[in-house]
Amino acid sequence: MKRLDRIALWLVPLLGALLVTSILIRAAGRSPAEIYRLLIIGTWGNAYGIGQVLFKATPLLFTGLSVALAQRAGLFNVGAEGQITVGAFAAGLCGAYLPAGTPALLAVPACLVCAALGGALVGVVPGWMKARRGAHEVITTIMLNFVVRAAMVGLGALVFERESVHTKPIIAGARLARLSGFVAPLRGSAANLGLVVALVVVGATVWWVERTRVGFHLRAVGAQPKVARAAGLDPARITILAFVLAGAIAGLGGANFVLGYKYYYEDGFSGGVGFVGIAVAVLGGLHPVKLIAAALLFGTLAQGALAVNAVCPKEIIDVLQAVLIIAAAVTTAAQLRAGRTSS
Amino acid sequence: MILLVAFVAALVRISVPYALAALGGTMSEKSGVVQIALEGMLLVGAFSAVVSADATGSATLGIVGGALAGGLLALVYALVVLWLSTDQIVTGVAINLLADGLTRYLLKVRYDSASNSPRVEALSIHPLVHGGELVEALTHPLVLGTIGLCFLVAFILKRTVFGLRLRAVGEHPDAARTLGVDPRRVRLFALVIGGLLAGAGGAYLAAEQRQFVSGMSAGRGYIALAAMIFGRWRVWPAVAACLLFGAAEALQIRMQTQGGLLPGWAVQMLPYVLTLVVLGVAGKGKRRGHGGGNAPAALGKSL
Repeated sequence: MKRLDRIALWLVPLLGALLVTSILIRAAGRSPAEIYRLLIIGTWGNAYGIGQVLFKATPLLFTGLSVALAQRAGLFNVGAEGQITVGAFAAGLCGAYLPAGTPALLAVPACLVCAALGGALVGVVPGWMKARRGAHEVITTIMLNFVVRAAMVGLGALVFERESVHTKPIIAGARLARLSGFVAPLRGSAANLGLVVALVVVGATVWWVERTRVGFHLRAVGAQPKVARAAGLDPARITILAFVLAGAIAGLGGANFVLGYKYYYEDGFSGGVGFVGIAVAVLGGLHPVKLIAAALLFGTLAQGALAVNAVCPKEIIDVLQAVLIIAAAVTTAAQLRAGRTSS
Repeated sequence: MILLVAFVAALVRISVPYALAALGGTMSEKSGVVQIALEGMLLVGAFSAVVSADATGSATLGIVGGALAGGLLALVYALVVLWLSTDQIVTGVAINLLADGLTRYLLKVRYDSASNSPRVEALSIHPLVHGGELVEALTHPLVLGTIGLCFLVAFILKRTVFGLRLRAVGEHPDAARTLGVDPRRVRLFALVIGGLLAGAGGAYLAAEQRQFVSGMSAGRGYIALAAMIFGRWRVWPAVAACLLFGAAEALQIRMQTQGGLLPGWAVQMLPYVLTLVVLGVAGKGKRRGHGGGNAPAALGKSL
């Protein structure tokens, strides 16, 4: 495909998404240009805004990577929302009940391991059900999101602090430092070392999938399950493995909020990052640069929503996000078709 | 006895939106298109019902407006999925996000509120026969309408040419095409009819409270999806599943007032756990689609 075509395939739907939202902004009697200006200024216009974008992009890196990894194994993970929730909860509990003096070198890894295990626990269910019972993972993951949501209500009643919807604060040693400690201008923003963890996990995962033997098996099962089986691979085992890893990665995303921002698990913290992660995966795939760009794009929108709220209901950005996801899906489908006809 | 009557009345009322959305889902998925956007259709249906009734002063037009909004959202979904061949799951998730954002946005724009619209008395719908709680629940025009629609959808799918074509394109679109049936057109109709049904379900939700509350679908679209799978894509078993889930909910409301057996969160979890169990014991379905067993063979495949 020509380079120009490829750019057009991205630009046309993006402009389409902006057009649809512009109409809605106009309908409310506001100026679209003004809204978009505020959106840019409130995010990339100052250091604090950039820090906040990084903070909002961090969980999206995890959930996006989780969905993208499952995708390479031919699986659709709609369950990142439930996985990150349990991951965050596990990290919060671990951090809260460690002995108060535990050094960071022990406490942080312990919490991260708990987050990953929590997510993996949710991930193994659809993996097993797909591999052993043939149940479609889209439905099982959707159902599990709701099971998790209800379970958190039940568990919350047991462990939440009195009169609140959050757990006991984590110990000081389990906290992830704010990035403003290293880059002073980011002061006040919630961006934290969770971003560094995210980048490491993205790098490691992409390397594992693209460069190792088991990673190759995973790709083989995703691309051609029958051929993979004929070649002696066990697609069922790969399916379970892929879902455990996808769950663990999404679960780690809970660290950003719990260990890096609020220092406790709070009901409803995720704000739908599991679902936006699907969009990040659609745009970014398992390509590190594209994945980071996609997470930054949706992080910008999430932060930008707050910036425009004074002038126009911030929900307009949710609409923009949704239209953008559809536009991205259209683009991907068109590219797929173009690839098919040209080869 | 009085308790039982009140329970059945509550069960009927609770099950209506489930049943309408599950009918919409069955209609759509039987034609071979995954429909996880029922939640969004309920939501826009509820919002549009309130605005339509508010603007026209008519409850009937309110319900019609709700159904049309669901149909319109389904039309958008259908055009994108069928003509632009996008991924059905991604698009469905996006449609749900769109419905959520759009209704919240319009709620602020029109009613200047982040939580709910004012009460719209025009959306009051009265039972045909006044009497006991159960009589009133059963003679509620929308309940009667829903029962009628269950029969109608079952009849359309089983006994009409359109229903036969719908099932054919859901099982084997290429075979249907060789017989001169255009799978895209059939799927378009199936999806839009499904959207109208789900939209009507949303309108019922709004009519019960005579107002729109942001996010008021509260997962009902997914419960309907679960009911449809639980019923293995057949109309009556799906409706039965809706009644089962509705009964659990009605029981929970009963027990909350009396302090009872299961905590609320356990009841909320029930439909999803049951569906997982059904999918788990359904065994190794070799066919594509949501699970094993009875799923339409071409479910989720682009044309």
